[in-house]
Amino acid sequence: MNSKNEKSHEGKSFEPKPYSNPYVVGFGLGLVLLASFLVMGRGLGASGAVSTVVAVGVENIAPQHAAKNNFYKEYLGDGTTNPLKDWLVFEVIGVMVGGFISGSLAHRIKRTTEKGPNVTVKTRLIYAFAGGAIMGIGAKLARGCTSGLALTGGALLSLGGWAFMFAVFGGGYAAAYFIRRQWL
Amino acid sequence: MMPYFKFDYFGFDFSLVVAFIVGIGFGFALERGGFGNARILAAQFYFYNMRVLKVMFSAIVTAMLGLFYFAWIGWLDLSLVYIGDTYIVPQIIGGLILGIGFVIGGYCPGTSLVSASTGRTDGIVFVLGIFAGIFVFGELFPLIEGFYNSTNLGRVTLPEFLGISHGMVVFLVVLMALGAFAAAGWGEKVLAKKNGRGVE
Repeated sequence: MNSKNEKSHEGKSFEPKPYSNPYVVGFGLGLVLLASFLVMGRGLGASGAVSTVVAVGVENIAPQHAAKNNFYKEYLGDGTTNPLKDWLVFEVIGVMVGGFISGSLAHRIKRTTEKGPNVTVKTRLIYAFAGGAIMGIGAKLARGCTSGLALTGGALLSLGGWAFMFAVFGGGYAAAYFIRRQWL
Repeated sequence: MMPYFKFDYFGFDFSLVVAFIVGIGFGFALERGGFGNARILAAQFYFYNMRVLKVMFSAIVTAMLGLFYFAWIGWLDLSLVYIGDTYIVPQIIGGLILGIGFVIGGYCPGTSLVSASTGRTDGIVFVLGIFAGIFVFGELFPLIEGFYNSTNLGRVTLPEFLGISHGMVVFLVVLMALGAFAAAGWGEKVLAKKNGRGVE
């Protein structure tokens, strides 16, 4: 993996800067969320954009199969507009650009794999794939993820959003002990 | 009147520009918070770095107070802000599953995108995993459609559910957040001493 042959940068200015104060970040994130509410009348999201891309992919490969499935149909729309011309898809592209800008400014762009000290890169990547797949299923069952349901629903005081948020922390803390070797 | 989009201040095409700009702000904040790094996110579940809780609750409190204030001064029609229906049982089960995936994979969907765009291989692989998971969910959907649509309580908020005023719920959430911040700071100190470690 690339992390092994990462060259050490010369000169102090290229050292990655420490992460910002969490309360300042939270305040900023809250203002972004608030701006979205005030301008658009809706909050943030992430997993919905992936669902749209998956639905479009299935439709391209097997259109009849997709047409029979209510889940795909929900993301494909009525066929009058391109389903990829979607608010969340554009927002998610922005998320990647925004992350890249912030990382560039702080010298934190790096080809590496984030993992605990006691696991190999290969193990970490298997866990990452499995965790992503489990999360994809959970997010769809709950109709949203940490951004769309917990953060957005939390600020809107939605009952489902708050119940979901406590369930996420509950599931995470319950599972943490069994996979501590990956992180600790 | 706000929300501007709902009062036709601009059309659908421009809303996509807004989406892109809002996304940039969202991604920027996530990266600043260290959420492009799975070790920081996972640390939340081992109590030695509580950034997830601090960022999340301060963001929720900020946006919640802003919404309350703008509605109170009469600039915002809060009823036009989209709140998804509550499907209480699928959402609790989905949340538990998502929490397990969070600890195993080290990210949530939004943060994995930031991780991927800042070069992390585990973030890229996690994103691929989400695609796979959603595809599996889509294929299984006819089997679980009944459960997915069960326990629909409609568009229900905490003030309605608890039968107390909006302002009182806002006040209680602020109190809860302040309590959580104090507990998080205290917990980090205790565990840093015990384990002799910290991510920052």
